[in-house]
Amino acid sequence: MIHVFAFYLFAAIVVCSGALTILSRNPVHSVLWLILAFFNAAGLMVLLGAEFIAMLLVIVYVGAVAVLFLFVVMMLDIDFAELRAGFVDYLPFGMLIALVLLAEIVLGIGIWSAGPIELAQRTAPVNPELSNIQAIGGLLYTRYIFLFEAAGIILLIAMIGAIVLTHRARGGVRSQNIARQNRRRPEDAIRNVNQPIGQGVEL
Amino acid sequence: MTAFFQNLGMSYDGAWLLSTVIGILLIALPLMLAVAMIIYADRKIWAAMALRRGPNVVGPFGLLQSFADGAKVFLQETIIPSAANRTLFLIAPIITFTVALISWAVIPFQVGVVLADINVGLLYILAVSSLGVYGVVLAGWSSNSKYPFYSAIRASAQMISYEVSIGFTLISVVLWAGSFNLTEIVESQKGYYGLLNGHGFNPLLFPVAVIFFISALAETARTPFDLTEAESELVAGYQTEYSSMAFALYWLGEYANVILMCALNAILFWGGFLPPIDWAPLYYVPGILWLFAKIFFFFFVFSWVKATVPRYRYDQLMRLGWKILLPLSLFFVFLVSGFLMLTRYGGAQ
Repeated sequence: MIHVFAFYLFAAIVVCSGALTILSRNPVHSVLWLILAFFNAAGLMVLLGAEFIAMLLVIVYVGAVAVLFLFVVMMLDIDFAELRAGFVDYLPFGMLIALVLLAEIVLGIGIWSAGPIELAQRTAPVNPELSNIQAIGGLLYTRYIFLFEAAGIILLIAMIGAIVLTHRARGGVRSQNIARQNRRRPEDAIRNVNQPIGQGVEL
Repeated sequence: MTAFFQNLGMSYDGAWLLSTVIGILLIALPLMLAVAMIIYADRKIWAAMALRRGPNVVGPFGLLQSFADGAKVFLQETIIPSAANRTLFLIAPIITFTVALISWAVIPFQVGVVLADINVGLLYILAVSSLGVYGVVLAGWSSNSKYPFYSAIRASAQMISYEVSIGFTLISVVLWAGSFNLTEIVESQKGYYGLLNGHGFNPLLFPVAVIFFISALAETARTPFDLTEAESELVAGYQTEYSSMAFALYWLGEYANVILMCALNAILFWGGFLPPIDWAPLYYVPGILWLFAKIFFFFFVFSWVKATVPRYRYDQLMRLGWKILLPLSLFFVFLVSGFLMLTRYGGAQ
């Protein structure tokens, strides 16, 4: 009973907040609705028994990606008139993408309801006694190790690319060298001068 | 407890719901009391280190000071700035407070005395603590005021930076314990050298414990990392525009988070509810008392740091997070996993 109630609660909130993500006028509100959708999707995954994926969804998407996203959107200077100005121009293109997505969803559901698909290589059967984490780890680090590493390398390249594109060496920055500061002794910094009266100091 | 209510003739769902609600109250209400007393303790310790008396007027030794403050704040008017985003302005402190409370669901107080004994307990804590930043960020943005906004920007960058090194330190512990379940992590710390309980006594994990402690200070925005509310630059940071109960919710949430981080220190590295020495008579003391003693010890260290260490500059904070703690914690993940590979898991094949 509680499971059914929880499912409909999470599902309804996911759908509503998904709709509000694209309907709300203020971009910051959009991001917040998106975060709510992520969070409730994680709740749905807990109901499916995929608690590891659910926690990862919250840690990665809600805790890191969405925070950075919100960070950027918050700093935008929002001009609502300008936001809506390009609406008509982009409408045909948006409709096209929506149509493609709709076709894919219909196709996907059609195939699913047509019956089980005999894939050429089914994944290894999962031992029901293993916990989520062990099952995923066992598959990911044995059977799919090369794909996993390839994904890691792609992300690394993307990260290096982003740094190379945005990094600029600025001149005239006096950055702090803590090791040099700590090495500095009074003898290096202070000099006692017996200064004759009426003359400038030679430093 | 579910079984007890089922015996009274309730259905399973009803009994489960009732026992969970009772469990939540049994954790949340003492926690609020603990927060009130720990604020008092914080002020007393801080005052003692500055050779002052601290709160000493309300009640014996000033013990009721926090309750007097709470009553005062409760009676004040909630002022909402006219330019603020009203809904988000009110939701933000509620988020902080809720998030600070829900992590306690997976904290084991004793063997079996835990509200939700889930096998991804540590990941749950990581997930929930990563939500904490939203309260601060939303407060900063919705106040529509410049100092809170600066504070929100600082907070989001700071918390994301230190969460990375917290994640790596947790991985080292999980590798050693072989589980994400907090009770199992505590149980795995039994009997180092047949004498001591706690991963902190392990020479490979002690540096990890230090890294975790520093990151915990940064994650809860305590001094020396309290740049989000640096009063010399940002008035009061993200809570500048808050008053009355909304302000009190930040206050409570902040200290609940501090106690949580102290509890995590105790549970992950110093044996949680186990006595520090693996000696049979010490097990007669209830585990919950050991846990509380350890939490209070770490809270004392938190206060000690607050009273003695000056605030970092923002670039130093980022440097410490990304250039020192992150590589160090990553290095220890390699070290710990390599050591376990060679010893526990049968060597390189």
